[in-house]
Amino acid sequence: MVVAHDFLYQKPSTLLDALKLRAQYGEKCSLLAGGTDLVVNIKERRISPDIVIDIKGIPEFSILEERDGSIFIGSAITFTELIESPLIKSRVPIIAESAHTVASVGVRNRATLVGNICSAVPSLDSAPALLVYKTDVVVESVDGKRIIPIDKWFVAPKKTALQNNEIVLGVLVEIPNSENGTAYMKLGRYSGEDLAQAGVGIMISKNLEYKIAFCAVGPVPRRALKVEAFLNGKEFSSITNELSEIIQSEISPITDIRASKEYRRHMVDVLVERGIKLALSRLQGE
Amino acid sequence: MNKITFIINGEKRSIYVEPNDVLLDVLRDKLGLKSPKCGCERGDCGACSVLLNGKSVRSCLVFAIEVDGCEIETVEGISQNGLSVVQEAFIEMNSFQCGFCAPGVVIATTELLRKNSTPTKEEIKEALAGNLCRCTGYTPILEAVEKISHHNKHNSDNTGGTNE
Ligand code: FES
Ligand code: FES
Repeated sequence: MVVAHDFLYQKPSTLLDALKLRAQYGEKCSLLAGGTDLVVNIKERRISPDIVIDIKGIPEFSILEERDGSIFIGSAITFTELIESPLIKSRVPIIAESAHTVASVGVRNRATLVGNICSAVPSLDSAPALLVYKTDVVVESVDGKRIIPIDKWFVAPKKTALQNNEIVLGVLVEIPNSENGTAYMKLGRYSGEDLAQAGVGIMISKNLEYKIAFCAVGPVPRRALKVEAFLNGKEFSSITNELSEIIQSEISPITDIRASKEYRRHMVDVLVERGIKLALSRLQGE
Repeated sequence: MNKITFIINGEKRSIYVEPNDVLLDVLRDKLGLKSPKCGCERGDCGACSVLLNGKSVRSCLVFAIEVDGCEIETVEGISQNGLSVVQEAFIEMNSFQCGFCAPGVVIATTELLRKNSTPTKEEIKEALAGNLCRCTGYTPILEAVEKISHHNKHNSDNTGGTNE
């Protein structure tokens, strides 16, 4: 298929050049990393940028490293790189676990975590994983740097807190300082390509502090603070009616082509129970 | 038009492309490499897979201009010196019917076996999960890859070496 829409292509080799282009073109510019969303969006005419800025030539974007107790994941880091990174596996394993559930190998070889959170679709798998940690999104424009906490990042479906003169440099994920167990539970029709019908991220620390986050069961991915408050300090054996009511009050799923809202509601309880058990067994196993 | 230079199946080529030219179309229509197939054009089926710097990617989701300076391998390259072990196994097990998905499956399998010469059944399924096949129900495809894996395991047990 010939892509009907014409655009300019630039691949700057410095961050400053990229920021200048971004400032010049604003919302008429699209940023290209893996392209797995962007190319489809341009083909199917959902967007028609004047210019596409390929960020893969800028060294800062390809950094994946530990920085003062946090892990920096640059905007060009692919899901495959995250899955294969010993640093991610040992320090923030739920990021590797959720990356593993994204589409298939051929997509993960190209798609990036930052691209995923920039798409801000309600079903994005990376969100619950990032939300259970203290994560900041680092963005920059010609006017300077800005740090946006991940729970302020998702504004509405397909809308983030990014301004149209800014570029995301990467995310900074704080390594938890206490021992913990994590799990990412994804409900899909089959593995390989499917978007999440519901996703639950869980982290439990040794002193029974719970972090729980959802995707695909509300307009934006988010932490379930009431559920956490209820669970904190408690041993868990199974879902009670009381807990289920709190969980259900925190989600607002819709019916779409992938699942009905009733099914999603039912399955979130199931996923939370399975996820907590798995996270606890990982906590004890270590 | 923009000039890009890249290595395709071991050969260095320079061509002119527009920014909106998609790699799949350039491979098929400008370079005459017809092994990558156009199935869905939106990243869902895997029929257009090629190896880009050794990793399988969907060429329908890559702008040709992005591959300037990169190395690309298609099934034409994989079989340059005769059919590969992977292709032989698929033939032997009669893995395909219409064959439309075959190039993508060969690419995904080649990538897998280069990384891990003795994958388990689960690892094989995982690696091929993004390649849709409308004909076979997948069983003969998976069996062929398992057979290579067993063969490699057997060989390395006996000789300490591996064999792609
Ligand atoms: S044609 Fe590219 S994935 Fe289907
Ligand atoms: S053999 Fe026909 S699509 Fe796979």
